[in-house]
Amino acid sequence: MLEIKNLHVSIEEKKIIKGLDLSINKGEVHALMGPNGSGKSTLSYVLSGKDKYEINDGTIDYNGKNLLELDVDERANEGLFLAFQYPMEIPGVQTSFFLKTAINSKRKYLGQSEMDALEFAKLMKSKAEELNISTEMLKRDLNVNYSGGEKKKQEILQMSMLSPKMAILDETDSGLDIDALRIVSEGVNKLRNSDNSFLVITHYQRLLNYIKPDFVHIIADGKIVKSGDYSLALELEEKGYEEISQTA
Amino acid sequence: MAATEQTIKQVNTLGSSDYKYGFSTEVDEIRPPKGLNEEIIKFISAQKDEPEWMLEWRLNAFKVFNKLPKPQWAKLNIPKIDYQDCYYYSIPKSLKDKPKSLDEIDPEILKTYEKLGIPLKEQKMLSGIAVDAVFDSVSVATTYKKQLSDLGIVFCSISEAVKTHPELVKKYLGSVIPVSDHSFAALNSAVFTDGSFIYIPEGVRCPVELSTYFRINAMNTGQFERTLIIADKDSYVSYLEGCTAPMRDENQLHAANVELVALENAEIKYSTVQNWYPGDKEGKGGIYNFVTKRGACRGKNSKISWTQVETGSAITWKYPSCILQGDNSKGEFYSVAITNNMQQADTGTKMIHIGKNTSSKIISKGISAGKANNTYRGLVNILSKAKNARNFTQCDSLLIGNQCGAHTVPYIESSNSDSMVEHEATTSKINEDQLFYCQQRGLNSEDAVGLIVNGFCKEVLQHLPMEFAVEAQKLVAISLEGSVG
Repeated sequence: MLEIKNLHVSIEEKKIIKGLDLSINKGEVHALMGPNGSGKSTLSYVLSGKDKYEINDGTIDYNGKNLLELDVDERANEGLFLAFQYPMEIPGVQTSFFLKTAINSKRKYLGQSEMDALEFAKLMKSKAEELNISTEMLKRDLNVNYSGGEKKKQEILQMSMLSPKMAILDETDSGLDIDALRIVSEGVNKLRNSDNSFLVITHYQRLLNYIKPDFVHIIADGKIVKSGDYSLALELEEKGYEEISQTA
Repeated sequence: MAATEQTIKQVNTLGSSDYKYGFSTEVDEIRPPKGLNEEIIKFISAQKDEPEWMLEWRLNAFKVFNKLPKPQWAKLNIPKIDYQDCYYYSIPKSLKDKPKSLDEIDPEILKTYEKLGIPLKEQKMLSGIAVDAVFDSVSVATTYKKQLSDLGIVFCSISEAVKTHPELVKKYLGSVIPVSDHSFAALNSAVFTDGSFIYIPEGVRCPVELSTYFRINAMNTGQFERTLIIADKDSYVSYLEGCTAPMRDENQLHAANVELVALENAEIKYSTVQNWYPGDKEGKGGIYNFVTKRGACRGKNSKISWTQVETGSAITWKYPSCILQGDNSKGEFYSVAITNNMQQADTGTKMIHIGKNTSSKIISKGISAGKANNTYRGLVNILSKAKNARNFTQCDSLLIGNQCGAHTVPYIESSNSDSMVEHEATTSKINEDQLFYCQQRGLNSEDAVGLIVNGFCKEVLQHLPMEFAVEAQKLVAISLEGSVG
């Protein structure tokens, strides 16, 4: 699915990612953990194609395609989804209209006809119910005056409607109370299947109680310093980043 | 399918060039030589079989025009206009003898309308639009006339009204925009060719949106529309004007005058979607759009509401205004003005509060892209007798790229201590993070800009009649094509 080799990234001359390797296969859930400033969010932006990041070296293969050559919207329509740490507010654009536009953009890219209005309404309703999102909320402007938790739920709703092949969750757990965390995690777990993959970026082991990863990677200073299975997350929780990074 | 959707689909299938309406129709035309003089005015009047008083009115306006200097207040770079190098009248030949039915109309003209998706045919009546179509200078056909006349509503071309309702025309023409107002107003009064006339009788609520598509077709023809709408006591009318013009390399002059009169308890809603040729990317060609629109709330509790979506023209110069004479009368102005490439717009409104308890609301959204300049210019004037007057103004500007300009020039004059005036203004650049967010959801950069800008304009667009809101949203996106990436 995703094969990152020797990735070096800088922003405004400052090196952020310094030789990162990561390989994610179909059906796998990987967790990426690390302290502030270790390069976690930078990786998510580089994967999704945000500009201003300079790729100094390395390759990223995505399902046989050179990911770095694709535009932001092409990556998205090829099934790469980023659940934002800070979802954007778009005033004047109704949430449901945004969802419909996103879905139809993808269908257009794939050469399919627009989704029938009724079919769309049904899909949105059922997905929203799973996440405990009210119909009222879907009528409001996208993310405008949403609480932190509501914004994160909205990200997961978009994800479940677009059903991506490769989803990156950038600190989706931050700002969530325990109930919202459970609902969001359930939403993610429902989507998991043998054809798609997840990269879950987080500070805390807490989220991984709900979304059980197949692999856990620890990133420090722009490199993956240690990889393991779920038990690594527990070890990290106990010892902290500093000790783990040093023993690596 | 709604007529507007069809319009969009049809128009989309045309595009061999960037400007989606850039086709022109080959029709033989009758026209006098270029130039502006008394002879031309007499020719126009004679072509229209006008009564003597109308010709006198025109000639007087021409005298006034010759004395008035060109208005200079706008922040616009207007090339010198050679009034002698313009044609002032053109009429497709086949319309010289007015057609009795649609079958008699030149198929070339009908084809043009078809491309624009204008509902002329009977089946289109289902969409609820009565269209008085202006092709260059003459109304081609008028639908819905029967239903409207049963209610006593008069909806016809102004030339027809001069003959059939002279008493109304004499009473109201020039009563809101005096001939001597400024030189473009005087020019229009001297040479106006056609436009709409609407009279809504006392107590009648017009059941359909009345609509006119104006179209400038002939090369080098200045089009001078004149529209007059009178809403008698306790009446209501909603009118929509949509404008498209085929592509031409030379600048074309357009100077319209629109006058609205609302009597006691009457309401007029006037919406405009203006998409005339903006010129090419280097600023060659395009329409010069100098429009005077003014409404008088003459009666108590009357209301006039202007909504405009201005996306076209090389130069837009217009300030739809309200004179709030009647006590408790209301004026509203909702505007979206988009300028891209080399376009210039200087637009806004005037709210003149004269009566007691009058209120006005101004919502203006200016969007600038490319090397364009966009100015909001507005006046809120509260006179001493306007006790307890209220105004709320909100002007937001959005910049796309770093070579365009947005300017806000509000004038507020209050001669009354009971009145309250609020003004809010913002200027911002389109947010890169919002664009990235939309693109990450699969929208290409142009769709992303269209979506964000439509959101920015929502407060205004939602005031358009339903049928046209969709088309307007589409236009917003089309007019910003090429502004990013």
